[in-house]
This record gives sequence, C-alpha cells and structure tokens, in this order.
Amino acid sequence: MRANNSQDRNDRVGLIVALSLFVLALFVLFPLLYTVATSLMSAEEMLSGRPHLIPERPTLANYAKALEAAPLVRFVENSAIVSVAVTVGQLITASLAAYAFAFLRFPGRNLLFFVYLSTMMIPWEVAIIPNYLTVVRLEWLDTYQGLIVPFLANAFGVFLLRQAFLQIPKDVLDAAKIDGASHFWTYARIALPTARPAIATLGVYTFLVTWNMYLWPLIITSDEKMRTVQIGVGMLQFQEFSEWNVVLAGIVIVLLPSLAVLIFGLRSLIGGLTAGALKG
Amino acid sequence: MLSSEAVRPEAGRPEAKRDVGRHRLPIRRGEAWTALLFLLPSLVIFTVFLFYPFFSSIYLSLHLTDPRGRVVEYVGTDNYIRILTDPYFLGSLKTTGLFALYTVPTTIVLALIAAFLSRQVRRGQAGIRFVYALPMAVSVGTGAVIWGLLFNPSVGLLNAGLHALGLGPVFWLSDPKWALFSVSLMTVWLNFGFAYIVLVGGMEAIPEELYESARLDGAGLWSLFRFIVLPLLSPHLFFLLVVSVIGALQAFGQIHLLTQGGPMNATNVYVYNLYLEAFRDYRFGTGSAMALVLFALVLVLTLAQFRVLEKRVHYQ
Repeated sequence: MRANNSQDRNDRVGLIVALSLFVLALFVLFPLLYTVATSLMSAEEMLSGRPHLIPERPTLANYAKALEAAPLVRFVENSAIVSVAVTVGQLITASLAAYAFAFLRFPGRNLLFFVYLSTMMIPWEVAIIPNYLTVVRLEWLDTYQGLIVPFLANAFGVFLLRQAFLQIPKDVLDAAKIDGASHFWTYARIALPTARPAIATLGVYTFLVTWNMYLWPLIITSDEKMRTVQIGVGMLQFQEFSEWNVVLAGIVIVLLPSLAVLIFGLRSLIGGLTAGALKG
Repeated sequence: MLSSEAVRPEAGRPEAKRDVGRHRLPIRRGEAWTALLFLLPSLVIFTVFLFYPFFSSIYLSLHLTDPRGRVVEYVGTDNYIRILTDPYFLGSLKTTGLFALYTVPTTIVLALIAAFLSRQVRRGQAGIRFVYALPMAVSVGTGAVIWGLLFNPSVGLLNAGLHALGLGPVFWLSDPKWALFSVSLMTVWLNFGFAYIVLVGGMEAIPEELYESARLDGAGLWSLFRFIVLPLLSPHLFFLLVVSVIGALQAFGQIHLLTQGGPMNATNVYVYNLYLEAFRDYRFGTGSAMALVLFALVLVLTLAQFRVLEKRVHYQ
C-alpha cells in the first residue's frame, strides 16, 4: 500500500518535472522555431489565413532575397574577423598576464593584480566617450583596428587563466626550473597546454561576447561595408522592402556561426565560466 | 641588449640550479623584467582604453565641450548638477531600476528551475542543455529583430495567440504601460542562456554522492533543492546576481532597436539616455558625467550586494 502511494507520488513529481521542463523549453525555443518557420514561408502564406508554424509550401526564396538585399556575407565576414582577432588577442594577453601573476615575483604584484581585478567593476560605458574620441583622433573610425584593438585585453580572462595556472602541480614547475627552462618556455610548453580547458572556455565566451557586441560597432562604424552582423541585421528591419520573411531568413543566416560555436563550445562553457571566480 | 638578456633570466644559466634551494629569496631583478614583459601587452591596452579614458571621463565631466570633443571651458560640478536635477535623467534612472527589477530575478529563478530540473532527467542531458543554452548564441541585435516581429500588433504571433484566447490586442511596444514589460520579457529570454550555463555548471560541481545519499534518506525533490542544491549553489547564484545587475544597468541594444526609449520615455534606460546625450547631441561633458554616475552606481550596488549577501553564501 505504502509502496504504491510513493510510486504514485513519484509519478506525479515526474510529471510535474517533465511539464515544467517542457514549458521552459517552449519559452526558449519558440522564438527561434518561429524564425526558422517564417523564413521558409512566402509572404503570401504568412499573411493569409491563421498564423501557423509549419510552412505549407516551404521555400528558400527568402534566403536568396536576403542575400541580395543586404551585404549579409560581408557583415558575417566583418564580425568573424573582429571576433576571431579579439578572441586570439585576448587569449594571448590574458595568458601572459596570468602567468606573471601566478608564477613571477615582482614588486607591486598584489597591488597590480588588485588594479586588474578592479577593472572588472568599470562598466565599459564609462570609457566609451574618451575611447570614441581616441579612435576619431587615430582615424580608426570604420576600420577593423577600431573594432578590435580596444578589446584586446580583459581582466576576466586574466583572472580565469590565473586560477587555472595555479592548479598546475608544483613538481612539474620545479622540474622545468631545474632543467633550466626559461619562463617563456614554461609558459608555452607547460602552462598553456595544461590550462587548455580554461583556455577553451575563455575562447568560446570571448568569441560569443564579441560576436554579439552592439554599442561600440554602432558608434564607430557608419560605412555599410564595415558594419558587423548585429548592426547590419538591425538595419534590415528598417529597410524599405521590410518583408518580414526575408528579414527572418537573414536572421537565420547570421545565427549560424554563433550557433556552431555554441554547439562545439557548450561543454567548455558549462562549469568553466565560474571556475576562476568560485574555486580556489 | 641588457634587457634582452634580462628577459631570459634562467635560461641555461648555471645559477638556475643553485636557486632551487633558495625559494625565499625576495625578488630577483631578472624575474621582475620578465614579469614586465609578460604584463606589457595587457598593461598597454588597459592604459590606453581603460585607465586613460577613466580619468579622461572625469576631466571631461568637469568641462563644457564642443561637438568634436574639445574642451571649451571649465564648469566645475555644473554637469553633475544639471543631470541630477534633470527630470528626464531621473526618469531614466527609475526606468533602469524597474528594468533590473523585472529582468534579473525572473531570469535567475527561471534558469535555476531549468538547471535543477534538467539534472533530474536521466537521458538526453546534452540535448536538453543545448536547448536551454540556445539564447546564449543569440545576440541582442538578432534577438531584438525576432521579438520585434513577435510583438508586432498586426502580424505578430503574440497577439494572434491572445486573439485565439479571446483577448484583445496588446500594443506591446507602443503602449507606454506595456513597453517596459515587453522589452523586459525579451531580455529575460535573451539572458536565460547565460544564466542557465552558469547554474548548470554549479549543479555539476555538486558531488553525486551527496545527491544519492540525500535521495536514499528519502528526501523529496523540494528538500533536495532546499537543503542540498540551494546552499551549494549559492556562490553561483551570488556571482550571477552581481553580474546580472551590472548587465541590466548596461542594457542598450534591445532599447535602441525596439523602442528608441519610447513610448513617452517608458523605456528610456540609462545607457540609452547616455548614448543620446553623447552620440546624438554630442554633449560629451554631461555624457561623461552620466558615465561616471553609472560607474558610482555599479560600484555601490556591487559592494552592497557583497556586504548584504556574501555572509549567506556558502563556499565549499
């Protein structure tokens, strides 16, 4: 009797769990499913009759139109160049700094580390006006360097990688030292390979954050050729043709690269992002 | 030449071996030079694009500037007095507060439920995680366009859904009573992926044995959540709270694309207001004053969260 009761109760709990998961998944997925579905419909189909999610006569015509209507490929290229450059640059600057903070002794180390950490408290907007003026003075408006260089260092990365470096067993480092290895060798051959999971986390995270950047590219680019995806897509909806199905086809196209990065990088993101802040 | 020698202080030098036993030795000159070299790239970037602008913002905020950003005259604290007595600015402050209040707790609670429940599922973990993490791949630009269409009063699906339920059309973005709610709804969706990733990472760090033993003791789902998961997840929740509050104060893209601060300033959040001041009206002095007030707000709020909540956070 008792066993039966608890079985019932388990079933009911299981049902509630499944239902809640389903509702939440619907909330997350619905806008995206809607985007994909509508991008496959003709304008007539979308506007005639009741709204529906499954296209009756799926067509790729909107994709062709979207690619014609706006230099989408160019936008994607721009974003890819900027995101890859920022990611690689940040990995280099952050890992070098992290190595210094983790293993090198120098005067003012703790103070400087504190200064680095406190930069995480400065919202980037605080720097945006002087940075804009700097970029104007350097004549970097509408250039890749204007989009890339200001983001080549980030304290979060330094912090995350320092934590990862500190996990390296001391014997390994001592052995390298006894062998007379230089710090640069130790950095490149021991620290970097050992911290590969943290580097992957930081890389995926930085790529996505840069890919999704909005305010800075909006301010410093005006030439359509230099627009990044996010600004370009925003402009799509204001354009005269403003056929929704075409706009959404454009959205699907520009979503693909970041989706790919998420698919391959999700494993690194989970648990990795907070490893620096919350352990050790 | 001297410095290039100094950057490889131990390479192949006989002293390196003797140094092993002398760990306590304070600081060797060579090591300090190496450190400088390792730190130089990030130091240069920080100096040019973070430290200098920070002080430059302070300087600009005390001056009147021309539209090209050149200082015209010293005005003392006038810029601060002007913005702090400007009803428009104060309104944007209140709007930002409401926006944070609508979005931050909602996102964290929903992500917490998703992270906790998705661990209860035995199969298909990878797929479930991918679905919930999806908004992380959607940027504010693309997200705003998608939701802009969902919100569309005539062709949008949200109103079609309401219509099917026999409810009247809602002017999601053009009704001042609804606009902030609508923008918040979109923002919760957008930030859900990141929050979920952080919390699921925290759930993973909870040892399986702890979980199993609680279950063997007959703990139900609620007590598992209340007595095991919630305390052990508190560092992640705290981290998420601090990061999310800062993020909410910086919201910009969705406002720029969906409402332009309207209708009737109902969604005129802080950074949007700052953007108009500096990059539409080219008033860099008052714009900088706004930026620094934002910095002060972030600082105070973050420190306050540390003071009030950190004691309750249970670090392993």
